[in-house]
Amino acid sequence: MPYLPAELPRLPPGRDDAPWWEALRRHQLLIQRCAACGAWRHPPAPLCAGCHATACRWDPVSGRGRVFSYTVVHHAVHPALAECVPYNVALVELPDAGAVRLVSNVLDVGPGELHVGLEVEVVFEDLDDVTLPRFRPVRLVSRPR
Amino acid sequence: MRDCVAIAGIGETEFRPWGGITERSEFQLACEAILAACADAGLSPHQVDGFSSYANDRNDAPRLAAALGCRELRFSAMVWDGGGGGVCAAVAHAAHAIHAGAATCVVVVRALCQGQFGRFGRIGGRGPGSQAAAPGVPPGFAYALPMGLLSPAAMCALIVRRHMHEFGTTHRQMGHVAVAARAHAQRNPRAVMHGRPLTLEEHATARMIADPFRLHDCCLETDGACALILVPAGRAPDLRSRPVRILAAAEGGEGAWGASLYTHAAPAPPYPSANLAPVGRRLWEMAGCGPQDIDVAQIYENFTGMVLLALEDLGFCARGESGAFVENGRLAWPAGALPLNTAGGNLAEAYVHGLNLVLEGVRQMRGESTCQVRDAELCVVAGGPGVAPTSALVLGRG
Repeated sequence: MPYLPAELPRLPPGRDDAPWWEALRRHQLLIQRCAACGAWRHPPAPLCAGCHATACRWDPVSGRGRVFSYTVVHHAVHPALAECVPYNVALVELPDAGAVRLVSNVLDVGPGELHVGLEVEVVFEDLDDVTLPRFRPVRLVSRPR
Repeated sequence: MRDCVAIAGIGETEFRPWGGITERSEFQLACEAILAACADAGLSPHQVDGFSSYANDRNDAPRLAAALGCRELRFSAMVWDGGGGGVCAAVAHAAHAIHAGAATCVVVVRALCQGQFGRFGRIGGRGPGSQAAAPGVPPGFAYALPMGLLSPAAMCALIVRRHMHEFGTTHRQMGHVAVAARAHAQRNPRAVMHGRPLTLEEHATARMIADPFRLHDCCLETDGACALILVPAGRAPDLRSRPVRILAAAEGGEGAWGASLYTHAAPAPPYPSANLAPVGRRLWEMAGCGPQDIDVAQIYENFTGMVLLALEDLGFCARGESGAFVENGRLAWPAGALPLNTAGGNLAEAYVHGLNLVLEGVRQMRGESTCQVRDAELCVVAGGPGVAPTSALVLGRG
């Protein structure tokens, strides 16, 4: 079961962000970078806001992040969410990608466990036709190396 | 543009809760508000030659001009996106047009009948590609919608939660915004929440919407319309109502803010903020005054916590200090040092995308408010915080 239903509205991939969605489908988290100056950017954009180069590359990142902010949504504003509330939405900052932020959700957190600064790692949720990057807390004890 | 343009008239329809106006169209309400504003100014609607609105308005200028029998349409404008952030920008555009000589009598109008058209900004549809052809759905939504970030409440909650983390701001402090607005509405018989006072305790225990926002942190959903009429300042004294001066108008925000209401991609700082700091700097420069000179404030409350951030951005207090700033009755008429949203605002009067806040600013400068601040000479009005573009005005007593 995905964290939120696949029936939520979605925009189709566009020319500016197709590589992002294609990489997710392969369970890769790639963040866009300027090919000229190396600046990270998200959401994807067709040019660098700093040096205006249009050439870009898509670099893999560790998928480790930390919660920058969050909310717990109790009021369902879409019929597909009626059975899902309360659910959380979190901004996850990626320290190894220029601190860009992803809008996402944190799975496997109990009430009161979600907080700013929580260390999380990416998990890929496959829906029928798209893969979404969600996160779960990094539980060091349970992660053998 | 300072003091070159005046607000000559204001008009509104009745305000009713969401879906409460069914017997007249939203377009008719827009026309009724404009007729009321023309009557207030003592101008014929046939003399109106420009229209300005915002927030993806459905009631377009050419149709309004034809319906009202305007002799000529010389100016029409709508602010890009930004919802209620554009309210003061719509006034600014009207003022710029008059100042530039492009038009002589410009209406700013907003009508909302959400029962007839559905909730403003509601994201409908299901599944892949469902939003592909929907106008007004920006690309930034691609990364928000599948994650369940669909409502302005949740979007602003992310901003405010970060502010709480950085500065220790509390939900109870936000309650002062809601309680003051509701108290002011008790003196305003036109307010939807007239007869329904609110306590801090009720605010603190109402049902949760999107943490930290509970029910009374969120703006109303109502039906109704507002309009105002701008003319050259030199012409205003000959008209029927006491003119109100436009001392400053500014719009925009941080260049990097972009679609941060849904992407939350703006650098920190300015994130978390109301995105009003650049607007505030230009506002005070144009007005030739500062926040310390302001007698009464009308600040758009999409959500209570965002008002706190707006107060910081506009310089009423330092960054991070708005929580303490709003305590101890500072916002409450008549004793507070900065009476806020004195007709009840979006939280308690009506949700007309904040144009009702501009009208209340005009009433304060005319001495006609139901919570009249004694000898008030300067009023600040700010549009929806947290969006881009947002906007603000300084109004002055004529």
